[in-house]
Amino acid sequence: MSEYDNYIDITAAVCPITFVKVKVALERTDDGKILYIKLNDGEPIQNIPRSLKDEGHKVVKIENNGDGTYGLYVVKNGL
Amino acid sequence: MAEINYAELKKGGFMRQCQAGKFSLRLRVAGGQLTAEKLAKIREIAEKFGNGYVHLTSRQGVEIPFIDVSDMKAVTESLAEAGLSPGACGPRVRTVTACQGASICPSGLIETSGLAAEIDARYFGKELPHKFKIGITGCKNNCLKAEENDFGIKGGALPEWNKSACTLCGLCEAVCPVKAISQKNEELALDEKICIYCGKCEKSCPSDAWNGKRGYIVSFGGMFGNQIAHGESPLPIIFTKEKLLQALDAAMDFYRENGKSGERLGLTLKRLGIPVLRQYVGERLK
Repeated sequence: MSEYDNYIDITAAVCPITFVKVKVALERTDDGKILYIKLNDGEPIQNIPRSLKDEGHKVVKIENNGDGTYGLYVVKNGL
Repeated sequence: MAEINYAELKKGGFMRQCQAGKFSLRLRVAGGQLTAEKLAKIREIAEKFGNGYVHLTSRQGVEIPFIDVSDMKAVTESLAEAGLSPGACGPRVRTVTACQGASICPSGLIETSGLAAEIDARYFGKELPHKFKIGITGCKNNCLKAEENDFGIKGGALPEWNKSACTLCGLCEAVCPVKAISQKNEELALDEKICIYCGKCEKSCPSDAWNGKRGYIVSFGGMFGNQIAHGESPLPIIFTKEKLLQALDAAMDFYRENGKSGERLGLTLKRLGIPVLRQYVGERLK
């Protein structure tokens, strides 16, 4: 697994709390550092990346965990 | 007192109430948008001539109930002061509904409010065999329920991959709800046969390697009243507004030529078959 600076698991949350949790985790991440987000397939994977892009954060890598979850590596304010 | 011509009143948006001599006045609204100035006028009329309230209709319209038949002229004149006018009822083009679209909504793929105003200006009140509803929704999320309408318009995006910008992060493959994108070695492939034009790949791509060609997915023959039918989309995505309006013109001409009086477009299509419409409209779009 790649390196990251901060971690958040939102697989137990539902919209809109998913993105709220991501926002809180990003608050605790410095600019240019990597936040790892563990999220579910379906609605979260379809919507969270777009919201991240809209707010200027860059997804640099994605891992399919093969269990219905994904791992996103996001650079805070990386766009 | 002159006899009341109910058909004429209804045409002009005055809906007869259960209460004798009272009418619920339907206003002309396009795309569900009303300026503050118009709202102020609606409030004034509801207080002065109605019962101090309005009813929001199921299709983004506004009705002012309890207008007395004797006040109709005064009310119509008062409406005009704020650029308002009565809406439509009966066998003609009705309110054009729309979501807020790409100008407001992050999910939006096409502009909708201006398009609704343009279509309303062009077709409002045009007489047809039966009622004709047009609805515009900005994306695949379909908040405006395009397929419920006789003519539905839905924003879409045909994705185009720009290899030089792509970092092969794999996000689009994961994001695509129908798994139309696959990565082999250093190449991404889009299966256009299963792509639903939702634009999610483009909206989420961190390196802008997907550029969606925006367009309109049109549907015909939806209705949600006494009989229910889901609008059909027999045409490929349309990429220009000119072609979209040509398709709408063609659909209305088809309906005028083939629809029986009092028959919704959906029933005409059930009777004649979707391929007949597809060929008719397809010819006109050439």
